[in-house]
Amino acid sequence: MKSETVTTTSETEELDPIQEHVQSEYKYGFVTEIEADEAPLGLNEDIIRFISAKKNEPEWMVEWRLKAFAQWQKMKEPHHWPNLDYEPIDYQSIKYYSAPKQKINPKSLDEIDPELKRTFDKLGISLSEQKRLTGVAVDAVIDSVSIATTFKEQLAEQGIIFCSISEAIREHPELIKKYMSSVVPVSDNFFAALNSAVFTDGSFVYVPKGVRCPMELSTYFRINAENTGQFERTLIIADEGSYVSYLEGCTAPMRDENQLHAAVVELIALENAEIKYSTVQNWFPGDKNGVGGIYNFVTKRGICLGNNAKISWAQVETGSAITWKYPSVILKGDNSIGEFYSVAVTNHHQQADTGTKMMHLGKNTKSRIVSKGISAGVSNNSYRGLVHVGKNASGARNFSQCDSLLLGDKCGAHTFPYIEVKNNTAIVEHEATTSKIGEDQIFYCNQRGIDTETAVALIVNGFAKEVMSQMPMEFAVEAQKLLAISLEGSVG
Amino acid sequence: MLSIKNLEAGIEGKQILKGINLEIKPGEVHAIMGPNGSGKSTLSSVLAGREDFEVTGGEVSFLGKNLLELSPEERAGEGIFLAFQYPVEIPGLTTTNFIKTAVNQIRKYRGLEAYDSVQFLKLMREKMGLVEINQSLLSRSLNEGFSGGEKKRNEIFQMAMLEPKLAILDETDSGLDIDAIRIVSNGVNKLRSSDNAVLLVTHYQRLLDYIVPDYVHVLYDGRIVKSGPKELALELEEKGYDFIKNEVMASNEA
Repeated sequence: MKSETVTTTSETEELDPIQEHVQSEYKYGFVTEIEADEAPLGLNEDIIRFISAKKNEPEWMVEWRLKAFAQWQKMKEPHHWPNLDYEPIDYQSIKYYSAPKQKINPKSLDEIDPELKRTFDKLGISLSEQKRLTGVAVDAVIDSVSIATTFKEQLAEQGIIFCSISEAIREHPELIKKYMSSVVPVSDNFFAALNSAVFTDGSFVYVPKGVRCPMELSTYFRINAENTGQFERTLIIADEGSYVSYLEGCTAPMRDENQLHAAVVELIALENAEIKYSTVQNWFPGDKNGVGGIYNFVTKRGICLGNNAKISWAQVETGSAITWKYPSVILKGDNSIGEFYSVAVTNHHQQADTGTKMMHLGKNTKSRIVSKGISAGVSNNSYRGLVHVGKNASGARNFSQCDSLLLGDKCGAHTFPYIEVKNNTAIVEHEATTSKIGEDQIFYCNQRGIDTETAVALIVNGFAKEVMSQMPMEFAVEAQKLLAISLEGSVG
Repeated sequence: MLSIKNLEAGIEGKQILKGINLEIKPGEVHAIMGPNGSGKSTLSSVLAGREDFEVTGGEVSFLGKNLLELSPEERAGEGIFLAFQYPVEIPGLTTTNFIKTAVNQIRKYRGLEAYDSVQFLKLMREKMGLVEINQSLLSRSLNEGFSGGEKKRNEIFQMAMLEPKLAILDETDSGLDIDAIRIVSNGVNKLRSSDNAVLLVTHYQRLLDYIVPDYVHVLYDGRIVKSGPKELALELEEKGYDFIKNEVMASNEA
C-alpha cells in the first residue's frame, strides 16, 4: 500500500501584471418569478413525510427515507479531510422542498407554465421538441421537481424508460427497489444519507438488453427558489449489451447566500453494457469576493456489475463556490473498464476538491484517469483520487494523469493521489504535472496579434483538450466557451 | 517606416538601452550586431511591446504612429512581427489553429473579414513551400517537441502567413546548423520586398552570408556605436568585439 501527497502552490514573488480581477458575467444568474409550493424551513420527520406525500410515494418509500434520516442524524459532516474551507452549514435553515405551482405531470408540453418554458429557453434548453437539439432528449428539473421530459414516447418504443425518479418510484418500483442505493448505500457518507432522506427529483433511465439508446439523454438541473437546497437523485441502469450516453447540466441564480446542492447519482452497467455520463457543471460560483454560490456536495458512483462492462465519466466543472465530488467506478465484472475525464476550473474564491475512485475487483479490469485542474484568482483546486486493486483483481491496469495549470500567483493546485494495490500482477501508473500560464506564452500570442483573453482561452482549451474531446459533440463547443468565460478577467 | 530616437529602456530599474537612434526605410535590411549583454534582445522586446521592459526616454514611430503607445497585439496589427529567439510551447493547441487565430485577429484589426477554413488552408498551402515546412508539423501542438530548426522554421512560416511590414528576427540563427540556417534564410529572402523591411538581431556574422543586410549597426553597452555597410560585419568577425570595446574606450578617454 502506498499513499502520497503532492502540494504545489505557485510562488508569490514573481513580477506579474496578472490578477486584474474583472468579474465575468454569470449568464444564468436570473431568477424566475413564479409561485411556488414550498416546505417550511428545517428538517424533521414531518418534512420528510411532507416531501413523500407531495410526490405521492408508496409507503415503503417513506419508510426508506425515514430510515435514511435516522442514519444521517448519527453522522457527522466530513469537515476534516477535504481541502475545503467554509462555514458550517445550518441544515435547519434550508427549505427541502420547493416546486413551481403548476400541473404535476402535464399530459403534453403545452400544459407547462409558459414562464417555466421561457426560463429553459433562456438557458438554451428548449422543451418544445420541434426546436430541440438534434438527438438529445431532456428531463428538466427545477428546484424539487421534474417539469417535463421530452421524447419519452419515442424512447419507449425501444423499451427505454426515461422519466423523473418520482415517476419511476410510482411506475417502476421493482427496478427502484432492486437498484436504488445498491451502488451508493444510504450510510455511504453524510451527504448521501441526507440525500436519501430528502431527495426530491432527478432522472431515471433504464435501457433494456441489447438496445443502443438512439439519442443523448440529458437532465437539466435548475435551482430557482431562495433558501432551498436541491437534492437530486439519478439512477441509470444499462441492461446487458446496451449503451447509453447521458449528460447533465446545471445552473442557478446569482444570490448572496450559499445554497446547498447534494446529489446522488448511481450507474449500473450489466454485462457488455456501456454507460457514458457527462456533466457540464455551471452552478453559480459566487461573486468575485466569494459571496454566495452553490455548495455542491455530490456522490456519484457507477458499478460495472457484469463482465466486459464499461463506465465512463466526463466532467467539465466550472461552477459552484465549493465542489466536493468524486465520480467513481467499481470494476466488479472481469474485463470491465472505468474512465474518468475531468476538467475543473476554479476562479476568484472558488474551492474544488474533486477526483475519482477506481475500485478494481474483477480480473483484467482497466481504468484510466485524466484530470485537468485549472486555478485562477485566489481559488484552490485539489485532485483527490484513489486507485484500489483488490486481491483477486489479477491483471488490473490503471493509468492516471493529473495536470494542474495555474493562472496568476495567488491560486493553489493540490494533488492527493492514493494508491492501494493488493495484487502483485497489477500495473498502476501515475503521472502529474503542474504548470503556470506564463507571461511568455501570453506575450507570444499578443505578438501574433492575439489579445490576452483569446490567448488564455487558447492555452486553457489546449490544456484541457484531452478531456474536452470526450464530451458529446453537441456540448463540446458550449463547454469550450464556458471554460473561456469562467476565466475571463483572470489574466490582465 | 521605423524611426527610433534616443530610446532608453531598462528592466527592474536597470538601464539597458541608453539612447538608441535608428531609421529603417521600406525595402531595407538592417542588422544589429553586438556582444552578449549589449542590449540586442532588449531592443527587440521593446519594439514588440514586452511589458517587462520599461521605456524611460525617447521616441519610436512606426508608419507615422507612436509605437510606444500601442499594445503588443496592436503593434502586430500594424505590421510588426518578432521571430522569437525562444519560441514558446503551447500544449494541446495545434500550430494551424494558433496561426489561424492570429491571422484572423490581425485581419480584424485591419478591418478585414476573417478567413474561413477554405481560404485559410489555401493561403497556408501557398506559404508552406517557402520555408519547407510540412503539414504534419502544423497539426502538432505549437512548438511542443519541435527541434530547434523546426521551431525557427515555424517562426518564419508564421512571418510568411502574417505578411508583416517590419520583421524583427531575434537571434534566429542561434542553435541552428548550416542547413537549417540556409532553409530559414531562403524563406526570409523570398519574403523580402520593396514594401517591407527586416531587422536582424544577431551575435554572429554567419547569418549575414545568407541574408545580406543593407546596413550593419554595432550595439555596445546600450548604444549603437558604429554603423556601416555589410562589410562592417566581416570586419567584426575578423577582429572580434574587442576592437569595438577598445574603440569605445579610446573615444571615451579622448
